[in-house]
Amino acid sequence: MKPLEETTWQEIELGGLLREPGSARAYRTGDWRSQHPVWTKSRCIRCGVCWTVCPEPAIVEEPGGYFDMDPDYCKGCGTCARECVTGCISMMPEEE
Amino acid sequence: MAKAKAETKAEGKVDAKIEAKAKVEAKPEPKAEAKGEAKVETIAKVDPVAKAYAPAHRVGMEVSIAVSHAVQLSRAEAIAAYPITPQTHIVEHLSSMVANGDLDAEFINVESEHSAMSACIGMSASGARTYTATSSQGLALMHEILFIASAMRFPIVMTVANRALSGPLSIWNDHGDIMAARDIGWIQIFVENGQEAFDHSVMAFKIAENPKVLLPTIINMDGFILSHVVEALEMVGQKTVDNFLPAYVPRHQLDTKNPVTMGAFAMPEIYTEVKMKHQVTLTNAYEHIMAVWDEWAGLTGRRYQPVERYRTEDAKVLLLTMGCLSEVAKIAVDEMREAGVPVGLLKLRMWRPFPFQDLREAVGDAELLVVCDRALSLGGPGGPVMSEVRSALYAAAQRPQILGYIIGLGGRDVAPEAFREIVDQAQKEVAQGPSQEFHLYGVRG
Amino acid sequence: MDKFGFAESQKYDTYASRLMPREELFTPGHRACQGCGEALAVRWVTKAIGPDAIIAHATGCMEIVSSGMPQTSWMNPWIHVAFENTAAVASGIDAGLRILERKGKLTGPPPKVVAMGGDGGTSDIGLQALSGALERGTNFTYVCWDNEAYMNTGIQRSSSTPFGAMTTTSPPGKRSIGQSTWKKDMVAIAVAHNIPYVATASPSYIFDLYFKIRKALETPGPAYVHVLSVCPTGWRSPTDLSVRLGRLAVETAVFPLFEVVEGKYHLTVQPHQIRPIRDYMKPQGRFRHLREPEMNFIQKRVIDRYRDLLAKCNVPEPEFPFLPEEAPAEEGK
Repeated sequence: MKPLEETTWQEIELGGLLREPGSARAYRTGDWRSQHPVWTKSRCIRCGVCWTVCPEPAIVEEPGGYFDMDPDYCKGCGTCARECVTGCISMMPEEE
Repeated sequence: MAKAKAETKAEGKVDAKIEAKAKVEAKPEPKAEAKGEAKVETIAKVDPVAKAYAPAHRVGMEVSIAVSHAVQLSRAEAIAAYPITPQTHIVEHLSSMVANGDLDAEFINVESEHSAMSACIGMSASGARTYTATSSQGLALMHEILFIASAMRFPIVMTVANRALSGPLSIWNDHGDIMAARDIGWIQIFVENGQEAFDHSVMAFKIAENPKVLLPTIINMDGFILSHVVEALEMVGQKTVDNFLPAYVPRHQLDTKNPVTMGAFAMPEIYTEVKMKHQVTLTNAYEHIMAVWDEWAGLTGRRYQPVERYRTEDAKVLLLTMGCLSEVAKIAVDEMREAGVPVGLLKLRMWRPFPFQDLREAVGDAELLVVCDRALSLGGPGGPVMSEVRSALYAAAQRPQILGYIIGLGGRDVAPEAFREIVDQAQKEVAQGPSQEFHLYGVRG
Repeated sequence: MDKFGFAESQKYDTYASRLMPREELFTPGHRACQGCGEALAVRWVTKAIGPDAIIAHATGCMEIVSSGMPQTSWMNPWIHVAFENTAAVASGIDAGLRILERKGKLTGPPPKVVAMGGDGGTSDIGLQALSGALERGTNFTYVCWDNEAYMNTGIQRSSSTPFGAMTTTSPPGKRSIGQSTWKKDMVAIAVAHNIPYVATASPSYIFDLYFKIRKALETPGPAYVHVLSVCPTGWRSPTDLSVRLGRLAVETAVFPLFEVVEGKYHLTVQPHQIRPIRDYMKPQGRFRHLREPEMNFIQKRVIDRYRDLLAKCNVPEPEFPFLPEEAPAEEGK
């Protein structure tokens, strides 16, 4: 998608509408976080509660049924760790 | 069977009568329409196929009702309206048409004008041909949404029965309501009689829905003095309108098969570009408006111009008016011409987009242009129209002296004598030098 | 109708999360704050709504974080017009769809119409448009994201701000305890319009929320769902507590979950025991300044209102051992 500052007036869509649904996926909110969730798989019961409580959502299911964060979007809020049924998610600080 | 035959025979007779009458009346009146004014082509002179194509009948009816018939003939599909004097008869009649099945449309009685324009946006966004009407306080109440409707390019048609703005409260006619809405980005046309109100209401849909335009359109008609009077006018038939105005084909629509996001916000990096696009679209709408007016002239013989001239060829002094005042000014011009005053009249019909070129040409080499506003911009140069006319003529190598008079505020009657006095006063003022920025004609005290 | 609502949500338990629809109709990449309870609510409500719906949205947090040119988080056809007119826009869309359907211009049945607005855009500036749309029997669902203040403009108070809460325009001070009026009862206002379905919901109880939205959509005519949206930024709570606070709001009876079907009240989530409001209010910085008299007033009022609700729902009252002693004289304010 062309950056805003390079868009000419002729390129503006009819009435300023946006034709591509979900184009916000191009914005990587993962840059925001200062901590990220880490799953201890041995204690994970694959219930999926973490997936339901992520506001982004930034939790993806792996082939085995376990879950992991989506690094592109995870903002590091910690809700998944807080709500995990078995407490198997820990929030670890981001390395610089 | 015999009865049916007899009836059709009788109808045939009546039709012939009406046609004959129409032919007679189609001939231009020598006094009013002769010199200077753009030719009014009679139906007889136009392509004979067009004549057969445009069956019309003359009626005498209240102009508001005529407007609602125009909306009905245009097959408006969705109407959201809130009642306000003096627009009420339009929406009442539309309401009754819908109730009787004479107009297949959804009619929402919204709870305010702000919601009326909001609902109109919803209706237009879903893909329906949308109409509403309002006046004065109602127009003021929907103000913020008006900008949005045009920015989002919805071809809503709205009749504004021009009425003074509070305070103090006044239900009577002036142009204060629409002059406070100059910047909204809509196409705006003024009409001065019942025929024009009918004609332009139908044309408005075609202009608005043109894919190169897609801008909402206002038809301004003076409240009470036009909306509530009974006039004779020629009403075209349904078939004519159907051929002239095909079904609305939305170019952007809320559709689950093709989801779009409408109304996204704009950062400073892009806002200017969005506005530029709107400005260019509105300016370029001029040629599309003219094309529609041209087509209408072919169908009906009635040709409209952005700036209409009356007895301007050798005029040294020009009056400029909008709306019904033009008809009164015409009478005054005739009387002044009798008395040897070289005066002419300009009638500004297209307000937005502003017809810069037409105005400059119409002004020609007149020495004095007196602009008569029916609205007052407080604390400023007085008349909104006068300000814009001055600005439009500023860069011209040769331009007349331009003076501004405000008349007829809050429904105060304007008689032809007023224009004679104004021209008199203006001529004196030009000779002595202007005494004030503008004049509020007829104010006591 | 019994297919949805509380009855249906009762069938699900812990692993039901895996059974919920995976498609995201409110995509990541939106600029909501970390831990935003409202974004979580939008995520689940849009899942419940599905792709076959048109959304009209008011100006507010969720509109701003999701629709800055040239990007959008919305997968549905979506329109934003202004702050206070969402219900009117939805009325227009509903009418437009009806005439298009009548004229045979739609390919398939008309999509659902959903209006969404924050508490400001619903209970304050948007109240007139909402009332009009409800009164006219518009066939739509109105979802209110209640984060209890004008959050997008910087945490100013609204009529949905709870009593005693700190906001920037109801700050506590020498002459103020914060918000000085009780939260406006939007559910009662909706019910007063005699509409067929009204409900409260919370993203802390997603099955309850999911099936209530489905029920609202399937109900012909107007439906109103009021969703408590925890805002860590405005409530001054930790970013990881939004779901927990939503749960505490229900468990302390501050925000009970119920539905009103054709005027009949049903409690849809009944906590085993009601907890004192301190449990809910303590983690929130916006209540930090409140002292015992205010807390007692709030506690008593919360339970009084809960009792009224239980009576309407025909549910027997539990014990409230933590209720303060009846104090004569003044009640707060």
